Amino acid sequence: MATKTTEFNPDFKDAVVHEEGGERVKRCFQCGLCTAACPVRDVNPAFNPRKIIHMVLLGMKDQVIKNDAVWLCSTCYSCQERCPQDVRVTELMNALKNIAVKAGFPHPSQKKQAELIYNSGRLYEIEEFDNRKRQRLGLPPLATKIEEIKVLYRQGGIESLVRPAEAK
Amino acid sequence: MKYALFLGCTVPVRGAHYELAARKVAGLVGIEFADIEDFACCGFPIKAFHTHTAFLVGARNLALAAQQKLPICTLCSSCTSTLTEIAKAVNTNPVVKLKANRELASINRHIDREIVVRHFARILYEQVGLDKIRSQVKRPLASLKLAVHSGCHYLKPSGIFESFDDPEIPYTVRAMIEATGASVVDYFEEKKCCGGATMGIEEMTGLGIAKRKLDSLRSADADALVIICPFCDIMYEANQRKIEQVFNTAYDLPVLYFPQVLGLAFGFDRRELGFQFNTVKPDKILEKVGV
Repeated sequence: MATKTTEFNPDFKDAVVHEEGGERVKRCFQCGLCTAACPVRDVNPAFNPRKIIHMVLLGMKDQVIKNDAVWLCSTCYSCQERCPQDVRVTELMNALKNIAVKAGFPHPSQKKQAELIYNSGRLYEIEEFDNRKRQRLGLPPLATKIEEIKVLYRQGGIESLVRPAEAK
Repeated sequence: MKYALFLGCTVPVRGAHYELAARKVAGLVGIEFADIEDFACCGFPIKAFHTHTAFLVGARNLALAAQQKLPICTLCSSCTSTLTEIAKAVNTNPVVKLKANRELASINRHIDREIVVRHFARILYEQVGLDKIRSQVKRPLASLKLAVHSGCHYLKPSGIFESFDDPEIPYTVRAMIEATGASVVDYFEEKKCCGGATMGIEEMTGLGIAKRKLDSLRSADADALVIICPFCDIMYEANQRKIEQVFNTAYDLPVLYFPQVLGLAFGFDRRELGFQFNTVKPDKILEKVGV
């Protein structure tokens, strides 16, 4: 399927510049060092940071934020460390993920993680069972529910994105 | 030397061996840990979803440590980079600090001092030092050939870590392992990421990235891979059997947390260091060093 340049959104790169982490996207001169350094690209050609940046600069908003590719960044920072233009590529990928979430296209696994942390304060809930096991090993107990995290989600403005529908 | 021990989410449920060994080693070299029951997630898993909320969740942990007037010792590398980044922003930018405190007021928390965040390995390297580590060795590990994986977030983004190590040629963990008498082998994929963060997005990509390192280690002929992060442990140890099945291959490569290796050299026994929790059984290594 051919891409129509008339459907590009030239304002997209400016929106990215205004997102935390996306500020330096226009510095990119497409050398491709990010892609050469990328361990994800090594095994999955669907992820290509140079190409994603080019798509941002061209204004291919939908193709960037409605696609799983951007979520494949493993955040290893290999690209960011080596970029000759100091684009801060890893932070840029994170900014694109944030933009995708705001536009209503979060990756389901990332939404699930955010929900788990909202519910117990941790990615993996600590239950009484875990604390009994810790006690047997001579390790101190951990809080099982940390309600303050819910307040911080509200503060951050994302509580409605992670609360189960029936609790609303 | 007293630190608030930040366990994060993964260590308490999947890294008992890491925690046990770290506490033993810390106690021996004079690092005291305070346990803060209410520490929550560092914020790392939420950053991609909503960076500002991740910042607040991380800053809350800094406020808990500030209340105890303690620096933070982390075990997980992702907790390390996330909390260091937030601490750096709060410590150096008064506007960020003011805004953070205004928002933390919603949970009656406050950051009233500069907060230091350090990975346990960095504390051992910088504060304890190689000489003291060497002086504690009661059981030299000269019979062992070990490979080191320093991982990503222990070193990067390098701008937040004051150049305590070199992200392109990492040497701090290696130097500590060599201080035990073990030899450290070189291997081609040493600097590669474990792939852990891609597992939830596309499992085959994550497993494929981890496989590259395991393949590269085969020719290095190491007795074990030494790691410093529970995320990396999930990829190389917990998922090793799965990678073997999916790609129809075999490694049987033990994966050890660095305090388990230091602890062995310091003379602790296998249960004290949690070796019963290693899923790839390290019996051959333990036999070699006579434990």
